[in-house]
Amino acid sequence: MQQTAPSHHRRSLAYSASGDRVFSVIIALLASGVLILAVLMAWELYSGGADPIRRFGLLGFLTGTEWDPVIKKQFGAWPYVLGTILTSIGALLLSFFPALGAAIYAAEYAPRPVAVVINYLLDLTAAVPSVIYGLWGIFIMAPFLRDHFYLPTYLWAANHAPGLLPFLGNPSGYGLLTAILILAAMVVPFTAALARDAIALVPAPQREAAYALGATRWEVMQMAVLPLSRTGIIAGAFLALGRALGETMAVTMVIGNSHKLPYTLFGGAATMPSVIANEFTEAVEPLHLESLIALGFYLFIVALVLNIVGGLIIRRQAALARGVL
Amino acid sequence: MEETSVPKFFMRDGALELSSTKELVHLEARDLSVYYGKRVGVGRVNLSLYRNRVTAFIGPSGCGKTTFLRSLNRMHDLTPNVRVQGQVLLDGSDIYGPGTDPIQIRRRIGMVFQKPTAFPTLSVYDNVVAGLKMVGLRDRKRLDEAAERSLQQAALWDEVKDRLRAPAAGLSGGQQQRLTIARALAVEPEILLMDEPTASLDPISTQAIEDLLGTLKQQVTIAIVTHNMQQAARISDYTAYFLNGELIEMDSTSKMFTKPNDKRTEAYITGRFG
Ligand SMILES: Nc1ncnc2c1ncn2[C@@H]1O[C@H](COP(=O)(O)OP(=O)(O)O)[C@@H](O)[C@H]1O
Ligand SMILES: [Mg+2]
Repeated sequence: MQQTAPSHHRRSLAYSASGDRVFSVIIALLASGVLILAVLMAWELYSGGADPIRRFGLLGFLTGTEWDPVIKKQFGAWPYVLGTILTSIGALLLSFFPALGAAIYAAEYAPRPVAVVINYLLDLTAAVPSVIYGLWGIFIMAPFLRDHFYLPTYLWAANHAPGLLPFLGNPSGYGLLTAILILAAMVVPFTAALARDAIALVPAPQREAAYALGATRWEVMQMAVLPLSRTGIIAGAFLALGRALGETMAVTMVIGNSHKLPYTLFGGAATMPSVIANEFTEAVEPLHLESLIALGFYLFIVALVLNIVGGLIIRRQAALARGVL
Repeated sequence: MEETSVPKFFMRDGALELSSTKELVHLEARDLSVYYGKRVGVGRVNLSLYRNRVTAFIGPSGCGKTTFLRSLNRMHDLTPNVRVQGQVLLDGSDIYGPGTDPIQIRRRIGMVFQKPTAFPTLSVYDNVVAGLKMVGLRDRKRLDEAAERSLQQAALWDEVKDRLRAPAAGLSGGQQQRLTIARALAVEPEILLMDEPTASLDPISTQAIEDLLGTLKQQVTIAIVTHNMQQAARISDYTAYFLNGELIEMDSTSKMFTKPNDKRTEAYITGRFG
């Protein structure tokens, strides 16, 4: 220690080697605490839901179509798995291009003050609690969609294309499509912010090189910016998907909570998080409760994988962008 | 040539005769100033680039060489808070004039930067033809021809002809720099602006690029910023000396390196040569 610290430099404890070591031990403990917590959580969820998983099978639990806690005491999660897939993929597809457009506009086209406002709004909307989205969905969006979109469509179909009616379903306003739309609105700021960051990582000399070739702004995007930010943008989509999968409150409030298959466009549906939120308080049967915990276990695993994959891609992207500098 | 203060190997054959032949002005800066906010980056420069000649910009770091070079193809348009004043006449018409499209200007006046800026995810081939595809050239055969010709010109063809489809990121720094030169040449610019193109390269790549300039100038007019005095002496026909945001003087390279008019030029050049 002595040989590295010149004696004429007075050093505080925090900067001395021993202080440094203490600090790194504390940090390591905290960090491993987080890791241990995640592993414990997975384990708790697994052991809590082990019974139905064993009884119906690791995959069988997911593909079983019957969820009947009262009479048959059957627990097949397919309706919820399907609902989760439909809502989150649907929301991702609907939100991806608008979000990308917003990110590109904010990063490359908008004049400074406009870009500042857009970025501020993106960060703000990303921070709005989901119950607020849910309230807005229940009181404003769902009735509006019902009156101006679902009902007219339904009536039109009834007169002109009755064959469509079974696919449309009950136009009450609370159902699959409303849930998809609200989820899409919720993940737009998320995807857009991540895409914006990925675009901002592209080194300025790359843009200049394209401009120097006589590129227009859009050509600069195509030639220099998007190829380098593509992976980051995709990673953002993964993270957004993870968020949409797990989103509970707003979805539960507007999705109509019906697990009757087949699902229809306007009619009620349910997702894995929504059924957990809805049935947890009334699950008196141990098997019912354990099945809900098992749902949580699967959700946890999928969210974990999506986040790890997304995180890895973003790290690779950042490294690539630095390497180009 | 009689006694000069410059060692003989800095002189290229024929360089001295230039001042006697008739030169055609290709690009002319008139009273050109560039401001970063309120600060002057470069002030009131009057300077001409002559057709099919290589002009070197020399001067200490921070004297405004890059700033001036970037004003010649409107690269400053892209940075906020930069103001350009004065005129740049390309074949007599002002590139900053009303109704002039900067994109067209940049297609006619290409640029190569100090650090290699190959598009790393695009293939070698796609890098070279990027500018041509942009102007709508789709014909496979003509693209292939242009790619080969440009890569030949940039002295890179032999090294990459078997890996045209590989991503440019796999090339060495020197190869990437020559790739960006090939890319700039593919669109057949009239003028090529180069900002210290060999500053981050090894001697062999530097040599390759220097050799290239001699043949290149038969087709394009070249302006090159360099820190390296020997390089300026070796490759240029004209040399312009900048100091503190001003153009001190510009003359044929042989004159600049032997009998500069201005004491400051002399001090810089002799100082640099030791
Ligand atoms: N983007 C910028 N913003 C503000 N000042 C700048 C910028 N770029 C260059 N300058 C200033 O302009 C002057 C000339 O810089 P530059 O043209 O880069 O010099 P050179 O290329 O000769 O080294 C320097 O004083 C530099 O600090
Ligand atoms: Mg410079």
